[in-house]
Amino acid sequence: MTSERYVFPHKHLLGIEPLSPRDITALLDQAQAFEEVCERPSIKIVPALRKKLVVNLFFENSTRTRNSFEIAEKRLSAEIINFDADTSSLNKGETLVDTAMNLEAMHPDLIVMRHSAPGAHALLARHMKASIINAGDGSHEHPTQALLDAYTLRKKFGRLEGLRVAIVGDIRNSRVVRSNLWLLTRMGAKVTLVGPPTLVPQEMKATWPGIEINHDFDAVIPDQDAIMMLRAQFERGTGAYIPGQGEYSRFFQLNLARMKRAKPDVVVLHPGPINRGLEITSEVADGPNNLILDQVTNGVPVRMAVLYLLSHPHGEQVP
Amino acid sequence: MPAATGPCPMDPGQMETTLQRLAADLVARVKPEEEVVLLGIRSRGLPLAERLATLLRATTGAQIPVGSLDITLYRDDLTEMVGSPIVRPTEIPFTLKERTVVLVDDVLYTGRTVRAALDALLDHGRPRRVMLLVMADRSGRELPIQADLAGLRVEIPPGHRVAVRVKEIDGEDGVSVEAC
Repeated sequence: MTSERYVFPHKHLLGIEPLSPRDITALLDQAQAFEEVCERPSIKIVPALRKKLVVNLFFENSTRTRNSFEIAEKRLSAEIINFDADTSSLNKGETLVDTAMNLEAMHPDLIVMRHSAPGAHALLARHMKASIINAGDGSHEHPTQALLDAYTLRKKFGRLEGLRVAIVGDIRNSRVVRSNLWLLTRMGAKVTLVGPPTLVPQEMKATWPGIEINHDFDAVIPDQDAIMMLRAQFERGTGAYIPGQGEYSRFFQLNLARMKRAKPDVVVLHPGPINRGLEITSEVADGPNNLILDQVTNGVPVRMAVLYLLSHPHGEQVP
Repeated sequence: MPAATGPCPMDPGQMETTLQRLAADLVARVKPEEEVVLLGIRSRGLPLAERLATLLRATTGAQIPVGSLDITLYRDDLTEMVGSPIVRPTEIPFTLKERTVVLVDDVLYTGRTVRAALDALLDHGRPRRVMLLVMADRSGRELPIQADLAGLRVEIPPGHRVAVRVKEIDGEDGVSVEAC
């Protein structure tokens, strides 16, 4: 039990793709220890990141992810700087590397970044000594969302292996789905992607050979342990791929009629924010099977775990 | 309380006898009106605390609550460590307010673990008082901390370690002094 000491081998969290099952399990186990901190009736703060400087660098809007990270940082006693793209010199033409070099000069320990370009985090990681945490990059990865989804599922079912999970909706434009695919397939869950053909790229099977793709939501529902609804992202161009919102809802909305086809203890997840009445009805989103607010609650200990495991200098550094 | 110098191993039978004595000594040290809880410091303090609670229930009939404390995040050398040590859950499913908290650990050496444990438990509430019970109290203190109850007190030079084994974790009970 104590003979072999596991050390999280990564310096950055750029995505789920580089993580081994053991790394994922370590993150989820750490999150469990931090959940106790978050649920304490007394002081919900631990001195784990005392004297560490965390920069929240958000180039894209985000309310819940950023708030969740900030709460996680505060619960770990970190020093926090919030850096918003619209208040920075980026508007004056400063490049991302210039921004990084300027931040580096202030010696931050960790940088939590959201940026629309998939390569932005790797670029920053090359130019900085700080650990970089990806808080979402375009439609590429959103690793902490996948971790909190997995944490929520593991807490409910006690395992991830063998779970049947349907991910439904705008697969094409979702970074959540890519991180979830890496994580769930690596941990042995059986994933089915559901959506209109225009929003579910067939080539995803080349990257994740174990997955299924099905365009008939009604046929998929009865087998599932969990249904993860994705947001129809009209601001990211979902609308260009489908005939209309009414048509989309008719085939892919999770509503009470469809819930009747599901296992009684199926769980409904949604990364939020939800479009009530579009991809999910209020009856389902607020219904007894939903774990949507649990996901939000679990986001804090999961992000605490990520921040904590990346906060120490590493012996051997793996990107 | 036996004082010892040099290697002084304890076999499983002696460790059981020692635990019984510690349970009896604890009863003698608290007033009847005190509400006692045991907090085992992970890893080996926890099974020791659970066994003490079992012994106390058998001898006094009292149901003493047992919690666990992981002190990793409160260590004074946390920022200097290479790689983040894995944190295990702290489980204190009861209030510490106005209770008599008995911290239980396997070995008291530098006192730094106990310092961290005091910080950790005070974040959970304000006890009436805190006592420290250890299986082995060895020389080498670096902080002004002392055990209220100890199974064994040993003077051993630096470069040696006192190893307390518990059957729940190590497969067998025992105390030994080893060169390290």
